[in-house]
Amino acid sequence: MRATDRAEEILEELWILIKEKEINPVTVSDLSIDSKAPELKELLELRYINLSGERIDLTSKGLKEAEAAIRRHRLAERLMVDVFDIRRSLMEEKACQFEHLLRKEVEESICTLLGHPKVCPHKRPIPPGKCCAKALKHPKSIVSSLAEIEAGSKSIVAYLITRDERKLQKLMSMGVLPGVRIDVIQTYPSHVFRIGHSLVAVDTEMAEDIFVRRVK
Amino acid sequence: MLKRKKSSCHGSTEMNIEGLKKVVLVGSPNVGKSVVFGNLTGMYVTVSNYPGTTVEVTRGRLTKGSDTVAVIDTPGMYSLLSITEEERVARRILINSRPDLTVQVIDSKNIERMLHLTVQLLEAGLPVLLDLNLMDEAESLGVKINTEVLQARLGIPVTATVATDGKGMDELKNIILYQKVSEPEPPFKYGPLIERAIREIEKNLHNDYGISRRAVALLLLQDDREIRESVGEREGEKSIIIERIVQRTRDNVAEPLNYIITMERQDFIKSLLIDSLTCESPVRLPLREKISRFTMHPVAGIPVFLMIIYLLYEFVGVFGAQTAVDFLEETVFGQYINPVANRIVSSIIPWKVLQDLFVNEYGIITLGIRYAIAIILPIVTTFFIAFSIIEDTGYLPRLAMLIDRVFKKIGLNGRAVIPVVLGFGCDTMATMVTRTLETRRERIIATLLLALAIPCSAQIGVILALLSGNTAALGIFILVMSAVFLFVGFLAARLLPGEKPLFYMEVPPLRWPKLSNVLTKTYSRVEWYFKEVLPLFILASILIWAGKITGIFDLTVTLLSYPTRWIGLPPEASKAFLYGFFRRDFGAAGLYDLKTAGTLDGVPLVVSIITIALFMPCIAQLSMTIKERGWKMAVGMAAFIFPFAFAVGYLVNIILNGLGMVL
Repeated sequence: MRATDRAEEILEELWILIKEKEINPVTVSDLSIDSKAPELKELLELRYINLSGERIDLTSKGLKEAEAAIRRHRLAERLMVDVFDIRRSLMEEKACQFEHLLRKEVEESICTLLGHPKVCPHKRPIPPGKCCAKALKHPKSIVSSLAEIEAGSKSIVAYLITRDERKLQKLMSMGVLPGVRIDVIQTYPSHVFRIGHSLVAVDTEMAEDIFVRRVK
Repeated sequence: MLKRKKSSCHGSTEMNIEGLKKVVLVGSPNVGKSVVFGNLTGMYVTVSNYPGTTVEVTRGRLTKGSDTVAVIDTPGMYSLLSITEEERVARRILINSRPDLTVQVIDSKNIERMLHLTVQLLEAGLPVLLDLNLMDEAESLGVKINTEVLQARLGIPVTATVATDGKGMDELKNIILYQKVSEPEPPFKYGPLIERAIREIEKNLHNDYGISRRAVALLLLQDDREIRESVGEREGEKSIIIERIVQRTRDNVAEPLNYIITMERQDFIKSLLIDSLTCESPVRLPLREKISRFTMHPVAGIPVFLMIIYLLYEFVGVFGAQTAVDFLEETVFGQYINPVANRIVSSIIPWKVLQDLFVNEYGIITLGIRYAIAIILPIVTTFFIAFSIIEDTGYLPRLAMLIDRVFKKIGLNGRAVIPVVLGFGCDTMATMVTRTLETRRERIIATLLLALAIPCSAQIGVILALLSGNTAALGIFILVMSAVFLFVGFLAARLLPGEKPLFYMEVPPLRWPKLSNVLTKTYSRVEWYFKEVLPLFILASILIWAGKITGIFDLTVTLLSYPTRWIGLPPEASKAFLYGFFRRDFGAAGLYDLKTAGTLDGVPLVVSIITIALFMPCIAQLSMTIKERGWKMAVGMAAFIFPFAFAVGYLVNIILNGLGMVL
């Protein structure tokens, strides 16, 4: 039996509070629902959570389920932004609807399509799935970091990792922007690529922040 | 790169541009701004095929008939939002000079990327003229730009040039001189979120920043530190409201605002170019491209590099340091100048003491000027010729990209090849150029390594002459110097805290160097160098003369003879070390005299050469270090370098003798 969409969202909320915000202990009042909400009852029945008074905890089963839900949510966001190019302002709503449609098999293919992204568009980490571990050994996804692209391949910038603004600004000043064509010319000792009509050389650290989609 | 000191920039007075219409040249690095500047003003600025070489600002005048305007050149900038020191300098000039016209010079083949700055200039409310330069390269790549359409779309004058050939320059001059360019309207609107933030920030800005409020608002949204600080200072309480608007806008989006703003500009630029730009991709790889790839290849690149070093050696080390030096030293000075000077001086000045000031062993003419002209001049000139050629071909960025991994180990990144390679020419010039490095940590490490382990051309020349024919000794010298460079760099990188360096660099196309450019560049560099060096040499001669009379010279030589003996050298070498405190090449030239006299050879010769090569380069370099890095840092470096030099000499002496080496 699966949790309802609404219960799944509560599960995600709980996971973020415990794992990312590191709140301990989490009480029902920290959540967006009250203690009589049906979602809580549902999660209790599924044995995803334990309730002792106001205090609320994730069971190990619940933890796993919550992590998977977070992963689907953030993958959905990446998909919206990188592939569907949905306006960022609309992204949240669409992603919320979409994540519930992502089931296991689809989730893995989408993750692969996106190149096993490590962070969502809000820069929060995406919990890795089994496919991510496999991909580390065979990096052949459609979208991958420029650091993994071999010389001679042609590609288009899908997105830039925007966590480090220092790197981001440098890349943008070189003209590395989503939608721009990049042809990799050489990968050692530095990554050299042609962008527009100029050649740019960057080190591996910079190349890792450029995610590209291969083209034929 | 700069060829002159600020004070001597254009003769005795700064060029007077008061009251003239002001034109500022801006643009990305390596798009030919300096060539355009030269064409407009008839003045020469050191031009190179290397991004980021204009570190200071040059002013000149464009005159046609009775009309004159002031032209100001700036360092390269990619964006109004600045990353590097050069970009900050360029922006400050642009903002502070309140130009009547801003000429943006662009690399036509990369117009899409270049237009980002154009958009920003227009947003800043500056009257802009767009100069599509390097049109020949664009055309050869199949890039065609319809200037009329672009002009209509942007609402500003657009003109095409090939500045190196002077093509299109007349039209450019005419527009600058005679066309009225008005202050532009913002070229496009951002999405509602950004536009709202801009409006709200604008409302709270009450001071004048030299650029439009819209541009200030955008820079604030993009988190520009300098602008934020100046708004904080000038707007007082309002700046808190502004901060809040920026923060709220930032919280509303997933990506950094800088990214979002840049993406929206990109979309606008794309729509702009839709009917003014056509590109045909060339069918085959041009030969130039093949050669270019060859020079960057991790394996093939090595023989290319060695070949260049070999040619450099033949030209500078053999032709410059041996053939030319021998001729000047033995024939010109030995047979003509010295005897004549001796005769004239002794016939005018009856006192031996005063004669010694000008001639004889340490005289200004026979020592100072002879060293400068006979030994240093030919070497430095040949080096700068070679360097200018290499620089203009565009090889250096390729070397930067090959060497980046090695440089990372010593806390630098590939970009530091420029100061390092230039240091082989003149460490003083190179120390000045370290300001193009991004982080303070990199600048300190580079300055230290230049001062310690990069012998300048003058010195290398003398060293090569000293070691000519002794391959083993030369090999040991190179080995020890490389080891010191890497070891000290490695340690410095471990000890100095700071951000890890990042390497990113545009690699310009390989270009044929232009003879005229190479020659003028060499001339201005040698001139700069000579102005630095000659007074020092003369000063050294005078100090030695004064020291001789007072006995200080002999006392210092005696004192120095202790460490000199510890490292296994004849006591006479301490004289050379004393010279070495003024300039290491001067010291090395002193060793040259000792070798010629037969007092120094074999292992002691190598040891003394290594020790002097590790000294701080010269007084000029020291004063440049003080200027660029501050007193404390400079004194600290000196306190490390001199004892360290003797320590290395000591070690090398023990090791070579321990191994029973005969050189």
